[in-house]
Amino acid sequence: MSATGIDPTLAAAAKAKGKRPWFYEDPDVERVFNIAMALAMELAVTRQRLDALERLLEERGLLAQADIERFRPAPEAETARQLWNRDYIARVLRVLIQTAQGRSAEAEGVDQAMEAVMDELTRM
Amino acid sequence: MSQVPPSWQHVGRHELFPEAGHDDVARFDFLANLNGFVSGTLAPKVRSAYEQEVKPAFEQEQGRAPRDRHEVRKAMTGNTSYQIWSAARRCSMEMRQQTGRRLVLGQIDALLDKAAKRNAEPGLKLDPHIQQPRYAAAVDIHCMPGGYHSELTANDISAGANYDCGIFATTGGMLGRYNDGGGQALARWLQREHADFKPKRILDIGCTVGHNIVPLAQAFPEAEVIAVDTAAPVLRYGHARARSMGVDNITFRQASGEQLDYPDGHFDLITTSMFWHETSAKALPRIMNEIHRLLAPGGLTVHLEQPQYHEGMDPFEQFMRDWDAFNNNEPFWSVMHSYHLGDMMRAAGFSDDEYFETGIRAWVDADIFPEAGKGEEDYGRSAQWTAFGAWKEAA
Repeated sequence: MSATGIDPTLAAAAKAKGKRPWFYEDPDVERVFNIAMALAMELAVTRQRLDALERLLEERGLLAQADIERFRPAPEAETARQLWNRDYIARVLRVLIQTAQGRSAEAEGVDQAMEAVMDELTRM
Repeated sequence: MSQVPPSWQHVGRHELFPEAGHDDVARFDFLANLNGFVSGTLAPKVRSAYEQEVKPAFEQEQGRAPRDRHEVRKAMTGNTSYQIWSAARRCSMEMRQQTGRRLVLGQIDALLDKAAKRNAEPGLKLDPHIQQPRYAAAVDIHCMPGGYHSELTANDISAGANYDCGIFATTGGMLGRYNDGGGQALARWLQREHADFKPKRILDIGCTVGHNIVPLAQAFPEAEVIAVDTAAPVLRYGHARARSMGVDNITFRQASGEQLDYPDGHFDLITTSMFWHETSAKALPRIMNEIHRLLAPGGLTVHLEQPQYHEGMDPFEQFMRDWDAFNNNEPFWSVMHSYHLGDMMRAAGFSDDEYFETGIRAWVDADIFPEAGKGEEDYGRSAQWTAFGAWKEAA
């Protein structure tokens, strides 16, 4: 922690003085876009870091980058990696999965408005 | 193979420059490429949307083309290509600020120490009585949280360090390693066109971190240079930066260009760089009057500014250049760039015979940036400027 008492995380995220323009009709769309761009940047950072790692390993004779291109996981590893992919997609797209489930649940009458459930459960 | 910006690893490092790790460099590299995508891929779509959809619709309805940038702006509101370009441009700017501030504030103690050591050397004159002018404090200029002036801690330099470390990414390296392409170009222009001119006293107004005055101080090592700004954090950083680069003939003074305490005719050369659009309609003539008063007979005043909206400039082009005024906290940009520069100078007392205007490009290290200065126009962010000013008639 800095002797100044500045919290770099929050201070760096500060807003500039001046009303912010939102360009899309729905500012929520733009907020999601901004989060996606931040994720894109951090993914780029990770890719660059990985690239640096591979090049350093190659320079030191521990690995040739071509080894990575030629890498064929053994059956067990292949399954684990594909399962990871499946899991990853569900993590990232959770909201789409849940939206679809919500539509069905509503259509089937499983999901009702919370007020309706409250009414039902608070009725004496 | 399309052109890519140079990696931020080539940025000019001096003692005050924040230390950066792998991920910091990668973030700035991402941002430089994102900016390239926004200006190179998204911005042309805005033009085609205007030409193919918005302008024909306007003409259909009004029986004429849009007359000025304001009509274009109204017509473009809600256009999808414009929204996409704008949202991405604004987002990129905010990410750049966060990236720079996180880098700087994460090592603030070390930077404050380095600055304090350098600033113990002579050449920094702060004045706590200087009030921030309204034009500097009404909004945070180009979305830098806290502007040039806010202090997060005693003897703060973070605004200067953040400003200095991000320009390279925002401009894709087009201003050179030390972001000093403007000052370098000015120094070279003087050497080439006016080799006999040897100013003894030089004044730079609105110097921020001094990046554009350092090359002039180096070109005229015998000269006494005064660099003024109203904001203390950038002056502290700028002074320490210049000192660490071995430049000791600049005094960084906290003062307003609207009113300086030097006698009439005190300076042989008075400069500003990318300054006027960050002032106001009230302050600009006052500062220009001060320049006329302070300039010695036979002296030169010269200013670098982004291009004016000259008559005949396509209203769409003006609208695109106006983006920063409305969307990047540059409230005087639009009006300032519609001023007639010659009239501006004449109002302060310079005659038409004394006045000149020319175009100038940033001068950058060609070994590292072979393509710098040749890139896409980025509507006011490119390193191509108007140089205007006056030679004051000798007495």
